[in-house]
This record gives sequence, structure tokens and C-alpha cells, in this order.
Amino acid sequence: MLDNVWLIPLLPAVSFAIILLAGKRLPFKGAESGIVAVGASFVLSVVVAAKWIGEDAPREAIEHSSTWLQSGRVGFGAGTHVDGLTVMMLLVVSFISLMVHVYSTGYMHGDRRYTYFFAALSLFTASMLLLVVSDNSLQFLVGWELVGVCSFMLIGHWWEEKENSDAAVKAFLTTRTGDIGLMIGIITLFFAAKGSFNIAHLNQLALDGDISHRLLLVGGCCLFLGVVGKSAQFPLHTWLPDAMAGPTPVSALIHAATMVVAGVYLVARFYPVFFSAFSIDAGGVNLVSIIGAITIVIAALLAFVQDDVKKVLAYSTVSQLGYMVMALGVGAWSAGIFHLFTHAFFKALLFLCAGSVIHGVHSNNMSEMGGLRKLMPWTFRTFIIGSLALSGVPFLAGFFSKDEILLGAHRNGFPIMLAVGLLGAFMTAAYMTRACYLVFWGEYRGQGHPHESPPSMVVPLQILAGLSVVAGLANTWIVGDRLRFAHWATVPGTEELIQRFGLEHAFSLSDASISVAVALAGIGLSGLYYFRDALKPLRGLTRRSTTARAGYTLLVNKYYLDHLYTDIIVGSIKGPIAQAAYWFDQRVLDGVVNGVGAGARAAGNFTYDVIDQKVVDGFANGAGAGAEESGSILRHIQTGRVQQYAAALFAAAALFAVGLVLITQ
Amino acid sequence: MYLSQFLLLAAVLFCIGIYGVLARRNAVLVLMSIELMLNAVNINLVAFGAFRHNVIGQVFALFIIAIAAAEVGVGLAIVLLIYRNRTSIDLDEVDLMKG
Repeated sequence: MLDNVWLIPLLPAVSFAIILLAGKRLPFKGAESGIVAVGASFVLSVVVAAKWIGEDAPREAIEHSSTWLQSGRVGFGAGTHVDGLTVMMLLVVSFISLMVHVYSTGYMHGDRRYTYFFAALSLFTASMLLLVVSDNSLQFLVGWELVGVCSFMLIGHWWEEKENSDAAVKAFLTTRTGDIGLMIGIITLFFAAKGSFNIAHLNQLALDGDISHRLLLVGGCCLFLGVVGKSAQFPLHTWLPDAMAGPTPVSALIHAATMVVAGVYLVARFYPVFFSAFSIDAGGVNLVSIIGAITIVIAALLAFVQDDVKKVLAYSTVSQLGYMVMALGVGAWSAGIFHLFTHAFFKALLFLCAGSVIHGVHSNNMSEMGGLRKLMPWTFRTFIIGSLALSGVPFLAGFFSKDEILLGAHRNGFPIMLAVGLLGAFMTAAYMTRACYLVFWGEYRGQGHPHESPPSMVVPLQILAGLSVVAGLANTWIVGDRLRFAHWATVPGTEELIQRFGLEHAFSLSDASISVAVALAGIGLSGLYYFRDALKPLRGLTRRSTTARAGYTLLVNKYYLDHLYTDIIVGSIKGPIAQAAYWFDQRVLDGVVNGVGAGARAAGNFTYDVIDQKVVDGFANGAGAGAEESGSILRHIQTGRVQQYAAALFAAAALFAVGLVLITQ
Repeated sequence: MYLSQFLLLAAVLFCIGIYGVLARRNAVLVLMSIELMLNAVNINLVAFGAFRHNVIGQVFALFIIAIAAAEVGVGLAIVLLIYRNRTSIDLDEVDLMKG
């Protein structure tokens, strides 16, 4: 099976074609095709994972590729690359996608573009799987862009409302901004790798130090721009909260498995490049970790002022992605991708819960929720589990992975990152407590009668909740040596690198207790504020203190980043460039066009007046007149009398005869 | 036997023919004059043939006689049609092709 990994992305792609061509005629409007295909992909992924884990270390990565186009010495190929990282991603993507597919049959029931939705969902999954298994950077780019297109299609699923289509365009354009970097990076690294797109080859060269540091730095920075766009890192994170305009299952898919983690996956996949380019082993600060750290804090702060429950979760995702990027930036490779792994479960869970709530109350706003814990018991229970896992409460999924990141930052000599990570943990716990309170406690503030969602939605919630509880144990001694996450989720050839900083780190009680204390403090403080109505001095602070109000306004306006992009950057570009373009258009282009026109007209006139009228007509008229003149002269010869003709004939004959005689003598 | 005598006879006949063709107004007489000219040529050919002791001259003469017969046939038919149309065979009056 390790040799036939190409089947895994192919199945959803086939499903996409089937749904597109025959979806509306299928008994379940195409949903069954998507579920079967993604389910099969998941089963195959499990088989692949079992094979991979079953092999004895040291394992060899398995590559298969075929050349699609040979141009000189450069081959453009398509292929598959299987190693621990691939296996982990295959599991996560196909599993989350399967859950989302099942959930969508309930959530999207009766939607006018139900079939289309499932087609796009299948393609989305196929693209992400294609990206994950690719062995060369070009194929990677293809998957990457396909993921972007699918997210565009799905975020704008309800495009009738301008807001939604705007959000889709924004998501697409913002990620495209980063993609430019990615493309340049891939080209740079193509030359750096001496004319090869193969990722493993490139990584090996980077590891061996065969590529100059400057070249790697340029390539790495460009690639990282792609990551910043795709994984919604500061300062290009603004598209992700707006992407909440899409249907909630799509949000879950984007946030947990298919879209945003592509950026993190890219860093993990090209890790030797980043490692060498940004000198991650030097400690202190570097670009990757600093961007991750900034993202953690700014996104977590924004999560406090959101009313839309999905936006709280969106900013939470941005923040958690910041953790992953920071983890990779501080050299804690395994911790970073482990966080990706656990985060996928609880974030998908939280989004699907939010979807269930929205399905029940028909509003995204927490100000129209409240008191739902009795009305939607399963949604309530699973949401709480998800929140606790996200907050890093001990022995749930998020606790282990976040703790490893903090430990990595600590051990590898990144004290600032450790502090930021702890601050982030505190804020995460606090804003999730706020969200839980606003949704499930207090009085119900909306209209209508909320009800628990159908089983097709609740069952995925229960499954994901179960996994959110246990996923974190995957990297502990409990599952045994062979199954332990850090032992199988590896990239052969780079173990030395990704395990350089004690991947095997034992559970550190002191670090763990600090992070737990911080998380509990966050929950506690936030809980006191909301549940016990304590912390009175904080109430109305934004009304009394100008500083607090200014901060609040800053947060509500999302640091004015959107204004910066749309008004200042786009606006300033739009204004002068548009004017310059207008000037250029009016003066230069129109001048050229008019000049050409006037020239053509002058030439035309000249041709008409001189050549046509004088020369050509002169010839024609002259020929006519000449013919007429000569005719009128010659007509006198033409008397019609045969005898005159005969006389002329004989005279001529006589003349010729005389001439002949004269000449021959 | 002197060749020049035959040639002289032929030349005289030819000139009479030319005169007839050019001066006569009656179309039938013009045709007859053409016959004179053709026969003058025949005399020439036969005379040359006899002079050179071969028969080629007589062969040509026979061809010319045949063609002359055809020519007279066509010519008389035309004259007949002109007469039917115009009740006249005066060539001076037949100038339809006047430019």
C-alpha cells in the first residue's frame, strides 16, 4: 500500500467528478459519493499508517515518481513521497474530512447547492491530500493552489449575499499575496537544488550545507511568505476570520485539516531549508518564531472582543497556528506537528459544535445565544470538552501538545517565545471561558426555539470529542514505544535535525505545572468575571478609562489592519496608479492611437488624392481616351467594303514582295 | 519550253483576277475573279513541278482545286443569302461592318 499512495488523493478527486457529472441524479444528491470516497481514503490512510508504523526503525521514505514532461535535463514529474509526516497528515486530513462530510449531510440539508457543496468538499479534500503526498515542489504548488481555489468556492458558497462573496475574494486574494512568495521561493530553491524540484533532494542538500546560506535565506523567506498567507500568520491573518462567511462545516475543514495547516505542513516539509536559512539552532529570535509569537498574542486578544462565535474560534485558530509556527521556529519540530495533530481534532470539534449551535438558534452572534446547555446537551458537553482541550487543561489533547511547544521553547533557548506562549495559554483559556459562558450559560437571549441537532451532526461531535480527550496521549509512554507519535511521525534523513533538541523529552513536571497554572488562572479569572459576577472594578472599564477604551476600539477595529490594507495600501496604490494609468491612457495610449489614426487618414488621403485619383485613374482614363482617339481615327479605315480591304491586302502583299526582292538582291 | 512563258501567263491571269476582285461590283463576278487568281497560282505550281520534274506541284494544284470548289460553294451560298435579304448583290451596298 505504501507504493500506491496515489490512490488516496485520487479517490476524492474521482468523487468530485462523479458528483459534478451525476450528483443530482444520485439518491442522496452526491453526498454518498463524497462520504464513500473520503471514507475509503481514510481507510487507505490507516492502512498506510499501520504499514509505516509497523516497519522497524530506521525507516526509509518511499518515493515514487513519473516524469510528466522532460525539458532538457529538467524533469517535471508527479509523484508520491511517504514518510511519517505524510502519514500523520493523511490520517488527519482524511479523518477530519470524513467527519465533516458526515456532519454536512445534516447541516447542509435542504441547501440549494447541496450537490455542488459536496463536489467542492471532495475536491478540497483531494487537493489537500495531493499536496500532502507530493514529492516535488511543483506538485506541492498545484495542490496548494487547488486548496486555495476550493476554499474560495466554499467560503463564497452563499454568494448571494455580497458580504460572503467579498469574504471569498478577500481570502483568495490575501492568500494569493503569499502565494507569490511561495512561487518565487520554489523557483529560487529549484535553482538552489541545481535544477531539481524534488523536495527530499533539496532538503538533503540544505542539510549537507551544499547550498549557500544567502540563497537559502532568500528561498526560505519567500516560502515563509506563502506560509504567512496560507496559515493566516500576522500580518496576513485578516482573511481567516472573514472566511467564517462560509458554511460552518467548511470552516471546520479549513481550520482543522485542509487549508490553514498547509502552511505549517510546508514549514515542516521543507524544514531543513528553514532550519538552515533562519539559523534556528542559534536560539534567541528568528523570523519564523517571532511571526508565530506575534500571531499568538494579537489573535488571542482579538478573540476577546468578538460577538460572532465562529469568529472567536477563527481567532483562536489563528492563535494556535501561531503556536505551531512558533514551535517550528524554535526548533521543536515534533511538538509543532503534534500540535497540528491534536488541534485538528479539538478545533474541528469546536467548529462543528458552533455549527450545531448556529443550526439550532439560526444566528452566529453570542448575544443571541445563552442558556443552551439544557437545550442542546450533547453540543454543550462536546463543546466544553473541546474548550478544555484547547485551553490546555491537563490530560486533554491540547495540554500535551502545547506543553511540548513551551518546553521546546524553554530548552532551545527562546525565553521570549516561552513567555509569549504562556501569555497565549492564559488568554486562550480566558476567551474560551468567555465563549462557553456566553453560549451555554445565562438566559437565552435569541428568538426561536433551539433544539438539539440531528444524529448525523451529533455523532461526529461525539467521535471528535472522544479523540480530543485521548489524542494527546499519542505522544506519551501510555501508547507504547512503537506507537508513540514522536517515534513514527518523522522524516527519514532529517531525524538528526528534528530530534536535535531532545524530541524524547520526558514530561517536565515544572514546565507543565506552570502552563497548567497559567491556563487555570485564565479560566479562573474569566470565570470569576462572567460566572460569579466578580471583579467589579473591571466592569464598565471601557467607559471609564480612556486607555481601556482606546485599546478596545483598537481591538474592535482589528488593529486597523483591514483599513491599512484596503484604504492605505490598496487605496494609495489605487489612487496614484489609477491616475497615472489614466494619464498614460489619455496621453500616451490615446496619443498613439490617435496618431496612428491621423497618420492612417493622411496616408489615406494622399493615396486617394495622388495615387488613386491621379495615377491610377489617369492610367484608366488615359487608356480609355487613347482607345477612343485611336478608334475614331482608325474607324475611317473600316469602311465595310470588302473590295477596299482586298485592295489594302494586295497593296500590302505587293509592298512586301517588292521589299523581299530588294532585300534578297 | 520556257518556264517564263508559263509564269507570264499566270501573272497575267492573276492580275486580271485582281482587277476583277477590286473593280467588279457584282459579287458573283468577284467570286469568278478569285477563281481566276487561284487558277493562275495552279498554273504556276504545275509549271514549277514540270520544270523540276516532280509531281509535288500537281499535288498542290489538286489541293487548291478542291479548296477552290469548297470556297466557291460557301461564297455562292453567302451571295445567295445576301441576295435574298437585300435583293441585290452589289458589293458597294454591303457595308454593314462600316466603322
